[in-house]
Amino acid sequence: MSQPDDIEQPLSLVLFSGSDDKLTAAAVLAVGAAVMGRPVNVFLQYYALDAFRTGNVNLDHGLAPEATAGQAEQVRGHKGQHWSDLLKQAKEVGEVDIQACALSMDMYGITRQDLDPIVDGVEGVAAFMASAAAGQVVFI
Amino acid sequence: MTTLQIEKTIDARGMACPGPLMNLIGAIRQGQVGQVFEVLSSDEGSKTDIPAWVAKARHELVEVVDEGDYARFVVRKAR
Repeated sequence: MSQPDDIEQPLSLVLFSGSDDKLTAAAVLAVGAAVMGRPVNVFLQYYALDAFRTGNVNLDHGLAPEATAGQAEQVRGHKGQHWSDLLKQAKEVGEVDIQACALSMDMYGITRQDLDPIVDGVEGVAAFMASAAAGQVVFI
Repeated sequence: MTTLQIEKTIDARGMACPGPLMNLIGAIRQGQVGQVFEVLSSDEGSKTDIPAWVAKARHELVEVVDEGDYARFVVRKAR
């Protein structure tokens, strides 16, 4: 594999929203960063974490409130890939670590076994920030 | 330069961003150093993404040809 050699700052994505459009936008960013050689850390909180629960990934998670009826039709009708497939591709080509927020796990009363296998683990916010290091943190 | 032998043509026309780039990356990963791959893409994002990735991953962008409603990217696996 022709991995870029340069040491890159990680891109850290905090996923809060659980709507399909925001998850897709985040997954596209993850793919882009991964192919360009940046480590990607994904931290799942609140509604995003719920979308990553076992059996939930392929459900309809709706769209962000700002989507108009016309836009919603265009977004849903688009030929792009599902966010979970994009994240899998990002993992194949790069270094992508997907962690569930321990606080959100506690809130839902769920454990690691309740999460889709695409999730790599559960961690606290300090560990996530340690991984983020000097790289950007983006809240979606 | 000797005649270019295309190892594989990836017809990614109609695929959404970042599909064509991901297909190219997949082909390059499986290929041998020196082999040349061609991607056909109608995705506007490919016009910036494929050259950016090829430069970053240090392969060689042999040529980009505008074919009207799609573009053809010819890439040599350099390492």
